[in-house]
Amino acid sequence: MNVLPYVIAVWLFLAGLYGVATSRNLIHLIVCLSVAQSSTYILLIAIGYRQGAGPPIFTYVPPGTPAVDPVVQALALTDVVVSAAMTALLLAVAVRIYKQTGTLDPQKIRPLRS
Amino acid sequence: MTIRSRQIMALGSTAALGLLLVWGVIRLPDFGAYPGPYSDVLNAAAVAERHVTNIPSAVNFDYRAFDTLGEEFMLFVAVAGLAVLFREQRGRSNRKNPSVVQVSEAVRWMGSGLIGFTVLFGMMIVLHGSLTPGGGFQGGLILAMTVLLIYLIRGDEAFERLSRRAFVEALEAAGAGAYVLIGLAMLTTGGMFLENLLPIGRLRELDSGGTIFLINLATGVEVSAAFVLLFAEFLEESRKPSSER
Repeated sequence: MNVLPYVIAVWLFLAGLYGVATSRNLIHLIVCLSVAQSSTYILLIAIGYRQGAGPPIFTYVPPGTPAVDPVVQALALTDVVVSAAMTALLLAVAVRIYKQTGTLDPQKIRPLRS
Repeated sequence: MTIRSRQIMALGSTAALGLLLVWGVIRLPDFGAYPGPYSDVLNAAAVAERHVTNIPSAVNFDYRAFDTLGEEFMLFVAVAGLAVLFREQRGRSNRKNPSVVQVSEAVRWMGSGLIGFTVLFGMMIVLHGSLTPGGGFQGGLILAMTVLLIYLIRGDEAFERLSRRAFVEALEAAGAGAYVLIGLAMLTTGGMFLENLLPIGRLRELDSGGTIFLINLATGVEVSAAFVLLFAEFLEESRKPSSER
């Protein structure tokens, strides 16, 4: 039984989550979120892996050569794009928060008032 | 709540969640023993059916093309949201001082030499997305890097000229819109939305893949414009209005 790559994905996810929960700087928090998200890449790619199989690209090898699962690889690509877009948007929010409150510490930011 | 109590609580709850997750993953199939039938079906069928050799591209731009449409628009909306967030605060009349950056000779020479290579490499990655590793998302990002490289060696002014807002925005919208239009064009010819009805071309040649090639191209344009816009917004935000200096 070999599930080490999945456990590594769990470990990365938890490390990122712990960082998000205890962060004292919004930029640090966003990086932690990226760490948590990168665990999903490992999980996706690890699930589709096959012992001894090549990449699902048949430019130079004949079709029918053993290859890993292309669906999870496509999903991982989607995942990367989502991560990049989210990070950019969150950094913009962090810049905005800093300009309005003068701090990046989530503890010191007062709750939103209506 | 003090930071110490927060840390203790976070440690306890992540540990509990960790146990739950590990309990969940130990029953998964062994690493390297993926049993699912989809990869076999796709790896066997896609090459003959679509004449593409990069199967993840075929999945993204054909078999799951509708999902990728959502993915592309998510990027589009994220960049639009970022622009709105920055511009609302910045206002229109704010005059900005272009920052004067000292660029070392090494950066200038290396950068100038790399520009041609980066443009070519990005275009190659976009155009050959259906044949070799790569595609619109990856290549588009490399193309956007070219503009950032020019910023690095020539500074604000050159970047401003290259990333004229109206032009980049139009390019981004055109890329995102072209994706939808390709899908609608397939509807008018009697197919389903985003169904691949174009001739699939010759195997291992640039014209293979039917709509996969076109969607790939549209995605490349959209992604490169989106990221140039992203850089432009962040750069503008990093400059101080002249009144605050």
